[in-house]
Amino acid sequence: MSQEFKISKELASLIDNVVKKFPSNRKRSAVIESLLILQHDNHGYVTKDIIKALSNYLSVSEIDIYEVATFYTMINVAPVGKNVIAVCNNVSCMLRGSDEILTHIEQKLKIKVGESTSDNKFYLKDEIECLAACNGGPMMQINHKNYENLTLERVDKILEKFDDN
Amino acid sequence: MTIKLCTETFGMQEPDTLKTYIDNQGYQAWKDIINNQTPKSKVIEKIKDSGLRGKGGAGFLTGLKWSFIPLIDGQKYLVCNSDESEPGTCKDRDILRYNPHAIIEGMLIASYAIGASVGYNYLRGEFMDEQWKIFKQALSDAYKERLIGKNILSSNVTINLHALIGAGAYIVGEETAMLESIEGKRGMPRIKPPFPAIKGLYGKPTIINNTETLASIPKIMLNKSGWYKSLGIDNSEGVKMFCMSGHINNPGNFEVPLGIPFSELLNMAGGILNGKKIKAVIPGGSSVPVVKGDIMMQVNMDYDSISEAGSMLGSGGVIVMDESACMVSVLHRISRFYYSESCGQCTPCREGTGWLYKILTNIVSGHGTQNDLHQLERIATQIEGHCICALGDAAAMPVRSFLKNFWTEFEYYVDKKESMVS
Repeated sequence: MSQEFKISKELASLIDNVVKKFPSNRKRSAVIESLLILQHDNHGYVTKDIIKALSNYLSVSEIDIYEVATFYTMINVAPVGKNVIAVCNNVSCMLRGSDEILTHIEQKLKIKVGESTSDNKFYLKDEIECLAACNGGPMMQINHKNYENLTLERVDKILEKFDDN
Repeated sequence: MTIKLCTETFGMQEPDTLKTYIDNQGYQAWKDIINNQTPKSKVIEKIKDSGLRGKGGAGFLTGLKWSFIPLIDGQKYLVCNSDESEPGTCKDRDILRYNPHAIIEGMLIASYAIGASVGYNYLRGEFMDEQWKIFKQALSDAYKERLIGKNILSSNVTINLHALIGAGAYIVGEETAMLESIEGKRGMPRIKPPFPAIKGLYGKPTIINNTETLASIPKIMLNKSGWYKSLGIDNSEGVKMFCMSGHINNPGNFEVPLGIPFSELLNMAGGILNGKKIKAVIPGGSSVPVVKGDIMMQVNMDYDSISEAGSMLGSGGVIVMDESACMVSVLHRISRFYYSESCGQCTPCREGTGWLYKILTNIVSGHGTQNDLHQLERIATQIEGHCICALGDAAAMPVRSFLKNFWTEFEYYVDKKESMVS
């Protein structure tokens, strides 16, 4: 059911605020933040129709937007679970046991990194970047909110909080 | 000894508010400049005299960088680089959330000095929930006080500042990649020259400074000439925030005078976890060469001392490893990161980082050979110095230094097909 996507008034006003930060002939600069806004409104990912709509709205070619959407890891071009979990497992966190945390989450949710749970509640992002909370490692982000100094027990408690939403 | 510059408001009640900042002499330097109509050249001269070096990693002299801006009229830009993502580095995130007004005041003073009417603070996407919200609130509060915007404090100075958000890409921390990203493109570094000071954002003269660098500016301007310099040592003037992480009891950010012994910094961070022995330290973010623990214990935390020890001060991300750390696994993890984050523009980096990662994956899975170790060295050498930006070097330096310092551990892994330490 491919329906043409229309940018709503509300979304348009959010995008307009992004555009205003840049010189008037530099609308392309608004692409990244606009994609984040549109993605947030569309269950965490953007479709080709959304990219097309943004292309028309900003007068930037679709391919230029698609390039950006696929270059930056926080923008998804395919459906993902509702709550995005990113476990930092770069060096500092690794030294503090992030691998055990990640394995625990994989087993608990019965998915591997890069997958979403069958009920679509969680998406376990394959996080390769360091999340810049090295003094709070091991740590993870759920929907971009930091959870630091993790233990397996804390992870269980944190994930339980998402049970009713 | 701790000196509170960027960290002044840390630990206070409501550290991020305009009131807290103003109660601690905040915006005084900016008001002085506006009220006295201080000539731009005087501001640049004072920063030059302070010896302030960029805190993002390269350590370039900030005042000198500012002085590269052409003196001709026309649009110029200031960019604050808050795309903090060098593994082991977590200082800017704390300045952003605990002392955002210091960044804003630093951005205003820098914009004024270089003649920029517009400044952007580019925060990494992962900061969107906390730091970005706090910084935007701080911006809006400073606008209300007419510290930013049109006719600042009723003067004829107009500077607008904006907060931008990224979407996940380490490479955007490279200054020209950041300019591409602000222009709404993929973060692919540009060939230099031309340097951004001549041809930067939208082709206009642009200065890009790190968050910690800019947050240091207000206090430098407020104090007497020579004050900042006196805090550090020769060629490593002033203070630096070090992010202590890894196998230590009290991980955290410590703002200290440059030149203090590493052993002192380690003590401040509570010493090695569980009383174990120190094995190795990556002193400036994962890109810089690893140093053996016993050598590091003799090193001072300044640019020259760390360089003599064969590494770099870099971003100040200090990763400490005790004897339980498997150096093969750590290097494997580092290589995965650079492989994933290479933008793909230059062949030696795009292909080389992949080869490094694949060979190391082979080794940790028990299929490595002696020849692989030499192959790693050869590939690293061929990446280094052959790419547009420093990401390739950043991938190569750990490989070469890990092999050099811990060769027997790598040999052991290849021979016995298991780690020497586990």
